[in-house]
Amino acid sequence: MEFLLAIGIGVFAGSGVWLLLRPRTYQVIIGLSLVSYAVNLFIFGMGRLRSGAAPILEKGEVGDPARFADPMPQALVLTAIVIGFAMTALFLVVILAARGRTGSDHVDGLGE
Amino acid sequence: MSMAALFDHLRDHLPVLPILLPLVAGALMLVFDERRRMLKIVLSLITLAALLWVAGALLASALAPEPGQREAIHVYRLGNWPAPFGIVLVVDRLSALMLALAAVLGTASFIFSLARWHKAGPRYYTLFLFLLMGLNGAFLTGDLFNLFVFFEVMLAASYGLVLHGSGTARIKAGLHYIPINLVASSFFLVGVSLIYGVTGTLNMADLAERIPQVSAADRTLLEAGAGILGIAFLVKAAMWPLNFWLPTTYAAASAPVAAMFAIMTKVGVYVLLRLSLLLFGGMAGASAGFGTDVLFYGGLATVAVGLTGVLASQSMPRLAGYSVLVSSGTLLAAVGTQNPSLISGALFYLVSSTLSVAAFFLLIEVIERGRIAGADVLAVSMEFFGDMEEEADPVKEEVGVALPLTIAVLGCGFIACTALLAGLPPLSGFIGKFALLSALMDGAGVRSAATWVFVGLLSLSGFATLIAMTRTGINTFWVPMEAMLPKVRRVEFAAITVLLGLCAGLTVFAGPAMAYMDATARMLNRPSAYIEEVLAVARAGLPAPGANREGGH
Repeated sequence: MEFLLAIGIGVFAGSGVWLLLRPRTYQVIIGLSLVSYAVNLFIFGMGRLRSGAAPILEKGEVGDPARFADPMPQALVLTAIVIGFAMTALFLVVILAARGRTGSDHVDGLGE
Repeated sequence: MSMAALFDHLRDHLPVLPILLPLVAGALMLVFDERRRMLKIVLSLITLAALLWVAGALLASALAPEPGQREAIHVYRLGNWPAPFGIVLVVDRLSALMLALAAVLGTASFIFSLARWHKAGPRYYTLFLFLLMGLNGAFLTGDLFNLFVFFEVMLAASYGLVLHGSGTARIKAGLHYIPINLVASSFFLVGVSLIYGVTGTLNMADLAERIPQVSAADRTLLEAGAGILGIAFLVKAAMWPLNFWLPTTYAAASAPVAAMFAIMTKVGVYVLLRLSLLLFGGMAGASAGFGTDVLFYGGLATVAVGLTGVLASQSMPRLAGYSVLVSSGTLLAAVGTQNPSLISGALFYLVSSTLSVAAFFLLIEVIERGRIAGADVLAVSMEFFGDMEEEADPVKEEVGVALPLTIAVLGCGFIACTALLAGLPPLSGFIGKFALLSALMDGAGVRSAATWVFVGLLSLSGFATLIAMTRTGINTFWVPMEAMLPKVRRVEFAAITVLLGLCAGLTVFAGPAMAYMDATARMLNRPSAYIEEVLAVARAGLPAPGANREGGH
């Protein structure tokens, strides 16, 4: 499972960085989204991977904290997803404005 | 509840007000129609006045420790959970100082914008207050993830504000500014989660306790996390080579926004200063001093780039943008030394340079109003290619009073800015620079080559600023009158005067101000008081309510 997650993060981050360095705004925004997916998975992974574990405590028992999935990174991921989503939407508006103003989708606003 | 009791109650909740007030006021304003400007202006001014009062009260409380306290550090528990489990806000000397600076700068910029900039785009008041909320939150928080959230609030507002006034130049600048900061935010998250993965905590004080105990195997991972986290702050603090976006963005932003942005680079410096000394100070065991070389040499490189840019700038806004780089590089290099006497000088320099760069941005907009577009480029190329045909456009009619002394006053303001930015006597820029230089030259013994490079760059950057500002001043003010008669409103004068007056005040009261900075630097250098205060409740094992005065309800 660790291997799969690591490969997934690597593919997302790698493609994201490549797209970020492209000159078209559309590629940049898709790159940003991919990078944020990679980051979200990474945060999730920092809580250690565990399948079938209860999120906080099992019903009706005190239990051993070591057996449970760490809820903290999951909360962080939620926050990061919401913020990342909002920022992507905001950037999309700026890209559209730039497209309208400069008539080009180049990141430097250059014409063809 | 009697009035006195209410007031007492309010005092307990002072630390949360710098975040809550702009949030509530800004959100409330969204309800009203965009055309009801008067209402929004009044609401914003009330909020800013309240912020000033709160910042003043917090500054006063940071001066006086309560009985039994080593340092005046006030911890506000947001959910009333004890520190490592709940989120806390911490008011100490450093955060109180930054809050006061943000409030003063916010008020001056806002008053300036009331002359005309506030009408230049929608939702200006809300965005402006949200920017202040993000700034205040970043200064107050004692928790890394909360710091991320406040950074995002601040950045989201700044994305809106950088586009305020619209126009192709601003949109193009935004197209660079926004993705760079979004990528920096990704670095922030990766760094924070790595640190959490290793230490299992996000509370800064708790983190400072756990870092010395991290095993050797995990230490590399922890330091990698701290390094990645640092990149996010270095982008904000504009360290070379992460600063190419800054001059363009700051030059493109409208004047009051650019003035506010002067403190945004300082947020990066603030966080680096706090975390570097708290997490990687003397107590950090094997990790002590982590990243200080990067800060020091990176800061020096930033000063070098900044001073080259200052000399090469062909327009005043870009000159101001590069001055931001010079001040930010100086601060980073000072933070990198972890030397308390240097940091105390750097704090003084921070306040002075923020105020003066902001005043300069405001002044530039007023001066440029009376000038032909492209006059700066013309002036510089004239030096190389000889006289060009003079072309005096008729000055566009503008609303406002034509004060007879306009030029004289603007000229004086420009001279004051020059003295402040170049670090010449008699204003506070000189005292800040002198404090830095004297701390560098302090003590006997052999000084390293790096110290000499720092001293040299500090002096050289002042000299470069002086040359560039003098050249700009000559080309701007020593021109025929009809080409240069900006109409300036009184509020704009008032805002610039307040900022420059504060710098003059810093000069007159340099003694008490330096004493405050000294005490702040000493406190930062001994983080044990901070850690104790933040973790006090959890240590004592007390249920939080009523345990001490700062307990939330």
